[in-house]
Amino acid sequence: MTAWLLAALQTLLFLFMAPLLAGWVKRVKCHMQNRSAPSLFQPYRDMAKLFRKHTVLAEHASWVFRTTPYIVFGATILTAAVVPLVAVQLPTTAIADVIVLVGFLALARFFTALAGMDIGTAFGGMGASREMMIGALAEPVMLMTVFTMAMTASTTNLSEAVLFTLNSGLVLRPSFVFAILGLMMVAVAETGRVPVDNPATHLELTMIHEAMILEYSGRHLALIEWAAQIKLMIYAVLIANIFLPWGIAAEFTTEALGVGAVAITVKLMGLAIVLVVWETVMAKMRLFRAPQFLGFAFLLSLLGMLTHVILETGG
Amino acid sequence: MSPLILAYLSLFCALASGITALNAERYPWLLRYGSSIWLGLCGLLAVGAGGWSLIDEISLIDQVRLGLPWLHWHLKLDPLSGFFFIVVGLLVLAVSLYAPGYLQEYVHSKIRSLASLGLFTGLFVFGMLLVLLADDAFVFMVAWELMSVSSYFLVVYQHQHSANRRAAFLYLLMAHMGGLAILLGFGVLASFGGSFTFDAMRAANLSLAWASIAFALTFFGFGMKAGMVPLHAWLPEAHPVAPSHISALMSGVMLKIAIYGLIRFTYDLLGDIQWQWGLAVLIIGAASTLLGVLYALMQHDLKRLLAYHSVENIGIILMGLGLSMIFINAGRPALGVLGLIAALYHTLNHALFKGLLFLGAGAVLHASHENDLNNMGGLIRRLPQTAIFFLIGCLAISGLPPLNGFVSEWLTFQAALQAPSLASGVLRTIIPITAALLALSAALAAACFVKVYGVAFLGVARSHKVAHAHEVDIGMRAGMGLLAVLCVIFGIFPAAVINLIDAIPQMLLGVKPVSATAQGWLWLTPISPRVASYSAPLVVIGIVLFALISYVLMRAHPVKFRRGYPWDCGFGALNSRMQYTATAFSMPIRRIFAPVWDITEQIEELHNPTQPQRTEIIRHQLHVQDKSWSRLYEPIGMLVIAAARRVSRIQTGSIHTYLAYSFFTLLLLLWVVT
Repeated sequence: MTAWLLAALQTLLFLFMAPLLAGWVKRVKCHMQNRSAPSLFQPYRDMAKLFRKHTVLAEHASWVFRTTPYIVFGATILTAAVVPLVAVQLPTTAIADVIVLVGFLALARFFTALAGMDIGTAFGGMGASREMMIGALAEPVMLMTVFTMAMTASTTNLSEAVLFTLNSGLVLRPSFVFAILGLMMVAVAETGRVPVDNPATHLELTMIHEAMILEYSGRHLALIEWAAQIKLMIYAVLIANIFLPWGIAAEFTTEALGVGAVAITVKLMGLAIVLVVWETVMAKMRLFRAPQFLGFAFLLSLLGMLTHVILETGG
Repeated sequence: MSPLILAYLSLFCALASGITALNAERYPWLLRYGSSIWLGLCGLLAVGAGGWSLIDEISLIDQVRLGLPWLHWHLKLDPLSGFFFIVVGLLVLAVSLYAPGYLQEYVHSKIRSLASLGLFTGLFVFGMLLVLLADDAFVFMVAWELMSVSSYFLVVYQHQHSANRRAAFLYLLMAHMGGLAILLGFGVLASFGGSFTFDAMRAANLSLAWASIAFALTFFGFGMKAGMVPLHAWLPEAHPVAPSHISALMSGVMLKIAIYGLIRFTYDLLGDIQWQWGLAVLIIGAASTLLGVLYALMQHDLKRLLAYHSVENIGIILMGLGLSMIFINAGRPALGVLGLIAALYHTLNHALFKGLLFLGAGAVLHASHENDLNNMGGLIRRLPQTAIFFLIGCLAISGLPPLNGFVSEWLTFQAALQAPSLASGVLRTIIPITAALLALSAALAAACFVKVYGVAFLGVARSHKVAHAHEVDIGMRAGMGLLAVLCVIFGIFPAAVINLIDAIPQMLLGVKPVSATAQGWLWLTPISPRVASYSAPLVVIGIVLFALISYVLMRAHPVKFRRGYPWDCGFGALNSRMQYTATAFSMPIRRIFAPVWDITEQIEELHNPTQPQRTEIIRHQLHVQDKSWSRLYEPIGMLVIAAARRVSRIQTGSIHTYLAYSFFTLLLLLWVVT
């Protein structure tokens, strides 16, 4: 029972810390680029504002458009519930393994793209087409890195995989180096960051994710943006906890949980800084350079897997 | 009463359905209702027979005094055929609900023969069920040909268009090439076993070389029928031109009969499975998966697109089978069972969602007389219920949780991830790469069905006919609804399905997958709970719960909703032609994977003669063709024609020469015989 309670708490933590992570990224980015930074809590204020505003629906929007925010939000929270944030061995991780987790994200993407097509404008179709293209290329890379991890730990259960890395101590696995690089590149592409997409722009011809959700307003937009923030945090936590799990709570004592919370906060802050540096030094790519970017990520994850098969199993 | 009697009854109902339709020219209701009721009964009985033999895990054999004097028909119903009986039965049942409404138009137009449609539908179903019951090669081939030939007549049914006749001929030709290969495969086994009965074939003692030859022949033959790459060319030509409910049967079920043949031949008759065979099946499966979905993405004819997706899904089934064969040979029967179950589960799932999608495409065709995605749009408002069913089909075929397509793909992934336990380094490398290809294909399939659903059902109508479509009648909706509900149920309760089908590996391999459902109906743990687990019921509860909570919280503080114009960049009125079309949607993917197709693109600009700098008209022509035509079929066709030309030299046209040929042949034969 404690375990289920902790799992619920952890999910809530995930839910309400995600905007904070987004605020942190924005703030560090502003400092990096010599701009005056908004408050750390700006995302919460934006969201509160959106929730209060009237909602405008496009005239041709059907029920698909209206239910999509809820489905996307529901699928994203469920994904968050499965990912070990502060503690491992929580019962929720058994509901879905890491392949199912990729499936949840695909489900959310499927509905977002449909909502983009629903309003019958060129932008919606354009965003949907591009998003599905990038998603189609990113998903196999994500699964390849996950497969590398899964074959090393011989499990696709996230909690077990984290425990495996935790218990095997500080060993250097060449395959993990490749896998973490591949996963980071995928995370950048999937969460719509520079160089694949730019969350800050509404320049009509270059946007991808923003083009799909262009017609959303008010509380629908708030839900979708919240889901996007949670998704960013999910990828960050995956990278942090699968490959660098140290500090995560393996037992449910107050001490261990406290250490776990501090550890994940530090890791996420660090990863956010990496992301900000990356976004600051890179320029956004043309759309048709994105496949090359993801192709490179695929190559990295393939190398990671082959390294594992050839070097690490000693066959 | 026994399952076999039920199976006979269902065969009888299929025949009766065909015969009832014979008088349909005079009384069209015979086809719409009489024939369909028999067909529905046939479906129900087939599900009953299959379910009974699968649950009770019984095998029944029987001999019928038909056929050759020295070889009576041997028939057998065991769990494997029982499972396929269920697959056929479910689809036939859905089709029988759907057919009366769909055939209405055929009855009214009166330009086509109704009797032949009903007769061949009945014979087609009869043939498929008889293949499943066959326990000797003779019955098998008779039933197989009955199925092939009657489906040929259904493909050529709308023969007014020359393209349909061409497609049907191609189908007939390739079906018989495949049939020949299967016959030869049986021949090899029969010559070692000494008899045409399957029992004798099981006992046959083959050398490795002969077993491999027999496997290669049958893999070619069944693969051709199943539509694996590169033997798939007939499939996207033939399936779309049949009436839609027949397309559903062909794509949903007939291809599965070929899978049944492959499993029966390899696992049951040949026995001793080699890993090289498994590798061949796995690689061809992976190629079919990827190429099938890529070709599908380029289509904008809805039924052709769905037909290409059958190639993809057959690929996924073959991947499961290939993995299973590799693991069995490596002495890991538990994993072999996992692969086999993944393949069987996907067989069932594909039958359901592909049947559903073809019926949906038929409903759209029926309501709007439109088959080209680029002319559709906004159908969700015209056909609200069909739209819901079609969405379920799209989600299922895209392999998204928590629907059924996801479960079988997940099981395939789980089997593939056990590759590190194999001894061979080559296999350890190849298997994960094929798994990555499967992941790529699944993601591309999702892209393809966003395209299909987005362009056809969402947005604004692109043509007048589509804008005035009407929802189809209750029977058609019931047919689609049945399949949609099954797609959801089989997605949410995978443990129950696996509990049902684990009688098949028990029979074929003598191993039962204990661990997959060991944690109760809520959990699916294919290897062990530590390695991987998935709980579809909890996933559904989770998503629905979170979505509901957020919805209820929102409702607690209502805000105003109003309708407004979508963003038009300030240029004013958007029209339906400004939407992305199917072709535009898949353009980025066409550009990335360009080498896969033969693409010819022409852009022609016509200038105004008085103002040369102004472009008056732009004509854009795009033609994307399956590469297998230019690389495989056309060269073979040329070769055949060239050879025929050589051979035709001996045809002088004079009877004397031909008599001389016969005489010398006779002499030669006599000399050979003595």
